[in-house]
Amino acid sequence: MKTTYREAMRNALRDALQSDERVFLMGEDVGRYGGCYAVSKGLLQEFGEARIRDTPLSESAFVGAGIGAALGGMRPIVEVMTVNFSLLCLDQIVNTAATLRHMSGGQFNVPVVLRMTTGAGRQLAAQHSHSLECWYAHVPGLRVIAPATLEDMRGMLALALEDPDPVILFEHNALYNMEGELDESLPVTELRRAAVRRGGEDISLITYGGNLPKTLQAAEQLAQEGISAEVVDLRSLRPLDEKTILASVRKTRRAVMVDEGWRSGSLAAEIGMRIAEQAFYDLDAPLSRVCTAEVPIPYARHLEQAALPQAETIAATAREAMARNV
Amino acid sequence: MTDKPSQIGRKQGLRWLRDMTRIRRMEEQCAELYGQEKIRGFLHLYIGEEAVAAGCIPELDKDDAVVATYREHGHALMRGIAMDAILAEMYGKREGCSGGRGGSMHLFDAATRFYGGNAIVSGGLPLAVGLALADKMQQRPGVTACFFGEGAVAEGEFHESLNLAALWQLPVLFVCENNLYAMGTALARSESVTDIHQKAAAYGIFSAAVDGMDVMSVNTAMRDAVRRVREQRVPAFLEMRTYRFRAHSMFDPELYRSKEEVEQWKQLCPIATLSARLQAQQLLDRPGLEAIEKDVAEEIRAATTFAEAGHWEPQEDLMKDVYTGRE
Repeated sequence: MKTTYREAMRNALRDALQSDERVFLMGEDVGRYGGCYAVSKGLLQEFGEARIRDTPLSESAFVGAGIGAALGGMRPIVEVMTVNFSLLCLDQIVNTAATLRHMSGGQFNVPVVLRMTTGAGRQLAAQHSHSLECWYAHVPGLRVIAPATLEDMRGMLALALEDPDPVILFEHNALYNMEGELDESLPVTELRRAAVRRGGEDISLITYGGNLPKTLQAAEQLAQEGISAEVVDLRSLRPLDEKTILASVRKTRRAVMVDEGWRSGSLAAEIGMRIAEQAFYDLDAPLSRVCTAEVPIPYARHLEQAALPQAETIAATAREAMARNV
Repeated sequence: MTDKPSQIGRKQGLRWLRDMTRIRRMEEQCAELYGQEKIRGFLHLYIGEEAVAAGCIPELDKDDAVVATYREHGHALMRGIAMDAILAEMYGKREGCSGGRGGSMHLFDAATRFYGGNAIVSGGLPLAVGLALADKMQQRPGVTACFFGEGAVAEGEFHESLNLAALWQLPVLFVCENNLYAMGTALARSESVTDIHQKAAAYGIFSAAVDGMDVMSVNTAMRDAVRRVREQRVPAFLEMRTYRFRAHSMFDPELYRSKEEVEQWKQLCPIATLSARLQAQQLLDRPGLEAIEKDVAEEIRAATTFAEAGHWEPQEDLMKDVYTGRE
């Protein structure tokens, strides 16, 4: 079936609302406006004001209310327009949602799902374009997932809702308009497992979310040059599926991490370190990475594009890794 | 402020006296145990403010929810958490009400719907709004009572939460314990408008200021407010004007207020004044008072023994309860 990422998520939301009375969606502009990225368009008419709740621009209050509602037996899906705005509710997510189970000695769990867009590429400038997924992936008590395919966009929400713990679901804004064939016959995606999106023998390209299409494009270019790149899609940023990552790297013996976060303290750094810790002697070349330049994302298109990982830079970095031998 | 009610019934009066005495003596024991290094971390005592917890919490039903702050020992005790489990928690023992994971600032209890124990100022307010939202959406009759200090009023979350509660007409009762000092900062040094209940009125929420040193005034106001929230399914707001006799925490040298001021407020001690009124009404005599103190001392002795005898959680369980399932 031909569909977009946006429609895939909308269908996932509709399914969730239909299948469980406890599920409701709240956030800024999710109702009357139809969602800032039009993901929830039509759901208000279908499910009514009680279950598709427009909130004030009060991130801390409505995310905290989502946490409280989850404690009270509901299954809230809370949409925060972008990860940039989520800094206004960082306290509720990090100090409350992530800690309650542990601090209460296991008495309370928080089954809330937080949806946020992330990433750059739409000339929205610095305050709407950042990729801060790794900040959340840093925090014990949270689960962090990032769908990168239509099937994952369609399937991950249901899995997140089944999870008894707080889950943050990152949707890259550049994916929404992309169209493709959605394979509905595939089994439900597994939240915790990384997926090998393209098999290869020479080098592992490890990425997630909005950078998967660019990485696959780079792999295609490399294939034409005779380099067989394996593309690993993390899917889950916390916990990381080390098993799949290490299996791929042990096979190809080279790895490039592709991450739209800034290089310093990035997920790419974390993954590189884990590979160094556990598969150092399996490597045939130094590890390398393609990250966003260490700059607040600029507005001007050419500068924005220059700051971000691109298929060309990914392919170039892979070629360099192929040329180096330890 | 509401008028001070005149006549106290015997049973109710003695109950309040016993409850407030339990809170105070338990906390005096905590201070003692802190000195002995049995209790560590931050310890925020409620001494002086007992009338609020004792007057408010018994007005809630068992299915209602309570959200409190880091100065919550009294609320926890009034909610029915055993003194044993509270003291064991402060020791960090497995038998504590949070399994030794929370300590003084993070008392939790699922059985009594006690949701903290929140050490982030105003962090509990959005949570309370959400608990009330869950009650509303599931058409349950519950009330969520949220206790916080006047320091929380300066946080954005206070305003966001009041707005949301009023906008969505949620059954949440905000109880501000205004003890005049946010840590060491006096109210007048941190707020442009110090009449706090007016802030709630600005959101269209019913609100009242209450003499928080008088348990009967507290109780009367609480009973009315709970009824309003339960029956009308709307938020309400009470500002309890109270005072803590001790420092903010055990690390506070209290350089921000005068001894004279503290002494003046001590004249309003909710326990001493109630005791005097009961005696004046001839509802309590010397032996009666001694009997209460004796019972409470026995409860504290037993709770301390329980905490002492408790167990340290095995270190192998360190990673337990970070996630509900496997990571």
